[in-house]
Amino acid sequence: MDEESLLLSLELASGSGQGLSPDRRASLLTSLMLVKRDYRFDRVLFWGRILSLVADYYIAQGLSEDQLSPRKTLYSLNCMEWSLLPPATEEMEMQTSVVKGRFMGDPSHEYEHTELQKVNEGEKVFEEEVVVQIKEETRLVSIIDQIDKAVAVIPRGALFKTPFGPIRVNRTFEGLSSSEAKKLSSYFHFREPVELKNKTLLEKADLDPSLDFMDSLEHDIPKGSWSIQMERGNTLVVLRSLLWPGLTFYHAPRTKNYGYIYVGTGEKNIDLPFML
Amino acid sequence: MEDSTPLKQKIEHQELGETGRPWEEMVTTSQDPEPRLSEASESEQGPVTGPQPRSSPPGIPQSGASTPVDDLVGPGVSSPPSPSQEPSSTPSPLALAVQDLMAPWQSDKTTSVISEAGTPHLDHLEQSSDKAESTPHQTCQSEGNTFHQSQQTKCHLYGPRDVSYNNSKRKELRFDIFQEEDSNSDYDLAQPESGASEVAPSMLEIAIQNAKAYLLKSSSKSGLNLYDHLSEMLTKVLDKRPENAVDIIENVSQDVKMEHFSKKLDTLQNENEMLPTYEIAEEQKALFLQGNLEGADQEMEDEIAEHSLPNVMESAFYFEQAGVGLGTDETYRIFLALKQLTDTHPIQKCRFWGKILGLEMNYIVAEVEFHEGEDEEEVEEEDVPEERDNGDSEADEDELPRSFYKAPQAIPKEESRTGANKYVYFVCNEPGRPWVKLPAVTPAQIVIARKIKKFFTGRLDTPIISYPPFPGNESNYLRAQIARISAGTHVSPLGFYHFGEEEEEEEETEGRRDSFEENPDFEGIQVIDLVESLSNWVHHVQHILPQGRCNWFNPIRKSEEEEEAEEEEEEEEEEREEPDYIELEVGPPLLTPISEDLEIQNTPPWTARLSSNLIPQYAIAVLRSNLWTGAYAFSNGKKFENLYIGWGHKYSPDSYTPPVPPPVYQEYPSGPEITEMDDPSVEEEQAFRAAQEAAVNSTEENEETEEDEDAEDDYD
Repeated sequence: MDEESLLLSLELASGSGQGLSPDRRASLLTSLMLVKRDYRFDRVLFWGRILSLVADYYIAQGLSEDQLSPRKTLYSLNCMEWSLLPPATEEMEMQTSVVKGRFMGDPSHEYEHTELQKVNEGEKVFEEEVVVQIKEETRLVSIIDQIDKAVAVIPRGALFKTPFGPIRVNRTFEGLSSSEAKKLSSYFHFREPVELKNKTLLEKADLDPSLDFMDSLEHDIPKGSWSIQMERGNTLVVLRSLLWPGLTFYHAPRTKNYGYIYVGTGEKNIDLPFML
Repeated sequence: MEDSTPLKQKIEHQELGETGRPWEEMVTTSQDPEPRLSEASESEQGPVTGPQPRSSPPGIPQSGASTPVDDLVGPGVSSPPSPSQEPSSTPSPLALAVQDLMAPWQSDKTTSVISEAGTPHLDHLEQSSDKAESTPHQTCQSEGNTFHQSQQTKCHLYGPRDVSYNNSKRKELRFDIFQEEDSNSDYDLAQPESGASEVAPSMLEIAIQNAKAYLLKSSSKSGLNLYDHLSEMLTKVLDKRPENAVDIIENVSQDVKMEHFSKKLDTLQNENEMLPTYEIAEEQKALFLQGNLEGADQEMEDEIAEHSLPNVMESAFYFEQAGVGLGTDETYRIFLALKQLTDTHPIQKCRFWGKILGLEMNYIVAEVEFHEGEDEEEVEEEDVPEERDNGDSEADEDELPRSFYKAPQAIPKEESRTGANKYVYFVCNEPGRPWVKLPAVTPAQIVIARKIKKFFTGRLDTPIISYPPFPGNESNYLRAQIARISAGTHVSPLGFYHFGEEEEEEEETEGRRDSFEENPDFEGIQVIDLVESLSNWVHHVQHILPQGRCNWFNPIRKSEEEEEAEEEEEEEEEEREEPDYIELEVGPPLLTPISEDLEIQNTPPWTARLSSNLIPQYAIAVLRSNLWTGAYAFSNGKKFENLYIGWGHKYSPDSYTPPVPPPVYQEYPSGPEITEMDDPSVEEEQAFRAAQEAAVNSTEENEETEEDEDAEDDYD
């Protein structure tokens, strides 16, 4: 959620139950402004909060002019001092895929994971148990990246693509209409498109290249992994991800208010197919 | 209509200038609205324009007005009547058109008059005065001028269409009588006019008035009156000019009556889109208004004395410090909804339990305790009959082997108010919607709920399709999860509750106590202590045993009673193929500190924190469950509260594995009668034969050869 409209956004996203306490809110408002100035971001989003055992991580993301360019992620334990996180790599993702369980709350904590590795010693090949250490920071980076790629949502029309390539915020976006807001196809993944190229030409003909340049949520697998609800008597549409429980996207139709926030344990819900 | 405003102004003016005015003034004023209000109900125009000496709006273009005025002003008896006559004599549309073009006050005339040829202009004048009067009617009293009134009201109600209607109405009054009657309304205005023209005989006037009043009398059944009906009918006929009008006049009359019931649809916009919003808003409005009952002070006192409603806002404030909550507005609505619940049901204690998220809709859950004895009895569910008579129906037929499968006996659910059914739960989808009571939970449901993991959809009657099959629909599953969450996460500071002293312990529940009560001597615990040591918190809800109940139920004993057993010992040991001895299931007793809770694979089950590190003096202790994500408890030392907001599932670091189906049960005893025998192989057969031969040969050594032959024959 945009830090400019933080209070309103928190109020609108409160349907999921988790929010921020007043002191955190106040600290966020102040510190995010400073972050924006210091790092020269075009927009700063409060990404959310990862609940861990000892202390929660508060995550913010900074965007530059081009909305789809890689975002910079910062984390903080007290909403005041922010530290930049390294960008995520594939290697990190592979490493962290073996770590299970909750986050500890200490960025320097190291998870230990034993695995069998083939070690070549001379001509002999034998397996050895190697203890691999994975830092929590790495895990954090990777999880945030995964969540972003999987479930960060933006409504159709909020961003538009200029002929030169950069993606800009659409200042004339007035919000989705009530009927559009109830359809999953009006929402896009806030990331580089992956499936767009696979669409048939017929489908592409209907698309507006300046607005429809991202993947929509319609074709997410498994089907039904999004829960779409109207709250507050049809004046607020809330999308909740079932794959990453804790991700809440809200939008008030016909207004410019939208945003998403993740408040959760940072674990994927792999049992989703059983639960539907 | 924009025109109405000048009209209204004129009405006001009229009030002022009611007293007799020179009809010239009237005329002039009547002109004013005319060009603009050509479409407006003429009657309005008429009276409005009438008594408004000053109201000649400067801006109103009145091109055509002047001429007729002049006509009128002058001796012009002829002119006014003629124009007025024209419209009157012609059918309404023409009349309208003419009137629009002609002098304004002609329209005035028409409203009140069935101007016919030869109507003295006097009448017109009077009529105009009538008009003038009729507008004031709206504001003043006018006797016997119901005609004007009705016309006026109708003009206001209906649109421009009514102009013709009015015209026709005026036409209706073909009788001079009426005209005169109109003219003889009781206004001072009338007087001068009548003075100006020849005065109609008063007797006749009165007679006219009476007749008209009679016609205007509204029917008690339908609210219509004959006068209006006739005028409408004639309007219609004159509009349409059907052939043989006199023959179809009854039909016309019927149609006119039916038209009264047609709905006026003048909007093209589709309102459906916003309906759900308004629906909810209406329901919630009802919530807010319920406080405005027959607000007797008595009720207020009662309410304040009752205390069954918790202070949800206060708890919400504390939870907000911890970062948990639904937002102030939503919480307030929930508060009101709870109030509605306590008002409609005989509830002793009520608590906001929390919110469970669902796919399509969410659930707001309230935990409720009824007054003693006021518990609503539920329909007794049939107990699962024991399968003792599998083979009864088959006994008469060929004796098929009897299955000796006996279903495990259903464990009966706990009585209400004890154990897992201690509280009754109500749910609603949104505050403002009606509350639905959830059924009591049975042990079987809890046992199976532990094995499945399903999302809630938000509709209570959704079936739960799972393996193992869940006995019930979503309302049962919801209730089971609520029971599990309550048992697992409802905690309170140590010492807040204590056992009552008079608790008697029974055999079965040795060492286990069921109930507790608030400790009046509780002095509170330091917040710091609450955060640092988990042993300062205790569970105050009974743990649910693996069996699914809180108080262990021994199924063997029960079955003994049911079966007509000779000796208990024998049954126990011999008849059943179950384990001879069912282990007593014991769980941690009530009020055990949560430090004793099991860890989940190296993660502690609870996380305790201060709500704020910046201002520790006023911070509160917040407890967050790691086992049930979304369960929170807070305490500021003296007060505490539990809340759950989440999806309703337990946390497990490993993924969910559905239970494996049990092995196929051996239904029938295996024995030689039913066990299939393999056909003997060739070697076996030959060996058999050889063996038999050998046996026969040995016996036949002493016998004759015939037997051999016979035996040989047999071998074929």
